[in-house]
Amino acid sequence: MNSTTKNDAKRPFPWHLIVFLFPALLIYCVFSVYPLIDTLFLSLFDEQQGQAHFVGLNNFITLITDENWSHAFWNALSNNLKFFIIHMLVQNPIGLLLAVLLSNPKLRLSSTYRTLIFMPTMLSVVIIGFVWQLLLSPIWGISEEFLYSIGLGHYFDAWLGKESSALLTLSLISVWQFVGIPMMLIYAALLNIPDDILDAGVVDGANPLQTFLHIKLPLILPTISMVSILTFVANFNAFELIYAVKGALAGPNFSTDLMGTFFYRTFFGFQLQQGSESMGAAVATLMFLIILIGVMLFLFFVQRRIRRFQL
Amino acid sequence: MINVRSIASISKQASMTAVLLASIVSAQAATTISIESWRSDDANIWNDVIIPAFKKSHPDSNVNFAPTPPTQYNSALQAKLQAGTAGDLITCRPFDTSLALYEDGYLEDISDLEGLKEFSDVAKSAWVTDDGSVQFCMPMASVIHGFIYNKEIFEELGVQPPKTEAEFYSVLETVKSKSRYTPLAMGTADQWEAATMGFQNIGPNYWMGEEGRKALLDGSAKLTDDAYIKTWAELAKWKPYLGRGFEAQTYPDSQNLFTLGRAAIYPAGSWDIQTFNSQADFEFGAFPPPVAKAGDQCFISDHTDIGIAINANSENKEAAIEFINWMATKEFAELFANAVPGFFPLSNHEISINDPVAQEFISWRGECESTIRNSYQILSRGTPNLENQLWNVSAQVINGTMTPEEAAKQTQDGLEQWYAPQQ
Repeated sequence: MNSTTKNDAKRPFPWHLIVFLFPALLIYCVFSVYPLIDTLFLSLFDEQQGQAHFVGLNNFITLITDENWSHAFWNALSNNLKFFIIHMLVQNPIGLLLAVLLSNPKLRLSSTYRTLIFMPTMLSVVIIGFVWQLLLSPIWGISEEFLYSIGLGHYFDAWLGKESSALLTLSLISVWQFVGIPMMLIYAALLNIPDDILDAGVVDGANPLQTFLHIKLPLILPTISMVSILTFVANFNAFELIYAVKGALAGPNFSTDLMGTFFYRTFFGFQLQQGSESMGAAVATLMFLIILIGVMLFLFFVQRRIRRFQL
Repeated sequence: MINVRSIASISKQASMTAVLLASIVSAQAATTISIESWRSDDANIWNDVIIPAFKKSHPDSNVNFAPTPPTQYNSALQAKLQAGTAGDLITCRPFDTSLALYEDGYLEDISDLEGLKEFSDVAKSAWVTDDGSVQFCMPMASVIHGFIYNKEIFEELGVQPPKTEAEFYSVLETVKSKSRYTPLAMGTADQWEAATMGFQNIGPNYWMGEEGRKALLDGSAKLTDDAYIKTWAELAKWKPYLGRGFEAQTYPDSQNLFTLGRAAIYPAGSWDIQTFNSQADFEFGAFPPPVAKAGDQCFISDHTDIGIAINANSENKEAAIEFINWMATKEFAELFANAVPGFFPLSNHEISINDPVAQEFISWRGECESTIRNSYQILSRGTPNLENQLWNVSAQVINGTMTPEEAAKQTQDGLEQWYAPQQ
């Protein structure tokens, strides 16, 4: 105790830390913290003819209870949940599988595969949207021909245009585009596992499946949980793909409306619908809260239970 | 006392600064008037045709046409107006967008303008205050709806452009049964196609144009009336004649289907004429929305799309007034109509257009009565938004996931929620 206080007394205040942190902190505050706080404030006001006056939580009450708003809001939220669940059930397991395959030392050309699978992730979402719209188009698309050539032709339908399948199709397009991210992260984690641990397992007589389940998987669980959080946050901020493929009205019959498109219409307006900055801010605030609560629940119930191993 | 400012205002400030800087750099002689517009496609036409023609009769004035891309126009204009750096003349979007600008004091009251005498009330309706007392933009151009057809396919199958509904369906049936062409090139993926090229295109014949539109406004008619249910019922009848998988067919898909010669009839807006002129290598013609039986009065959607206003804070108001008065002349109307086929001047002058299809479209003004899209004036101010609802239900009716009666009920319910005359 004594020695530390002495040290503290001797040690000068670390001004250099402040100096080095300042530029980054300034940029972060101006472009991230301030707009966020401002949005939270704005959602408590009502703007009419350029005059803003304080209305407390009225915007939120309207959003949750008014029939017009609440229907659209819950619809967007439930679509967004489906969108997220499809990503969790399809994207992340496939990402894990690909990572395991890639990390197999016997696999040749693994870096080529890695690059190819990661390629769509680097492309613009808008381009991906247009490309898939063309691929799946009943008029010009190659999907129908392709399905006929493997004998499944009569299953083909205008998937992007049907209320029942549009959201699923868009979710799978998004999965196809972003599967590279979990793959890369998990692949990096797998590469970090020391060979001697695996060798010890083999010496003890573990077969490849056991090696994976009992040695590799526990060691990459922290990475998988991080991937889940990233997926959650990214999915609740998703907007571009829907906007590029279905437009801001997210048809047919709002079946592809996510929180992002709902927010866009509310804040910026659409066609003849005038945008409302305060109502838009209320939607943005709710999106922020949903993401915040989701991440907190995850940290509390999942992240705390994950054991970390010192490698 | 929290000073409420939004993210938007930060970007507004940024763009204002940019605009200020730009305007300092391009400071010009005081006699130059500049025009704000979203028609960046037409910049060459203005610079090479329209402005030189104006300078012939007004040698000492300079005009600068400064367009912004359409998607950014509204927000960029708002920022420029707030910063006081906007041009002397402002190109107006129809209805509420411009009305809001007038109410904020950015647009001049031009009710007494000499040139306005050349326009009908329907033409002026998109840019007056609700009580009709103040005119704040001068009408400039409209777009007309109808059907564009592939003449070669019609000749091949020996069919004539239809005049009545019965003829219309017999043509579609002939195309469907006797050839491999798609009878109607329209999709519902983008939704607005169904509402604009479908509902607003054929609807005026059912709701009697302006009469029906005004009746909706004063509450004496409802969207659940027969006229509207019939319109949607007609749209539902289109379904078998649309291409396979039309639910996923977008607007550019429809355009390409037609210009590649794979479709016989295209439900159109006249702005498509320019696209088709440059892309289609076959002859095409146009016919107006078919009427119920031969000899019925016909109605067309002749929708006011572009207007022009004077910036209230302009320093060259004299020159600006001179220019927009010139825009009301026959000379301008002819120049504009021929330079931009598919956008039609709204003044009452008799003009001739060289483009045969554009001439066909404008000729309907002689035999049919003009009206504008019924959701645009006042009716799209509340929540739920009528225009958005029309997109949604029209697409659903064509997809077959909603009956015409359900569509009528849903839109009427929406209107009754906020629009007093309908309550």
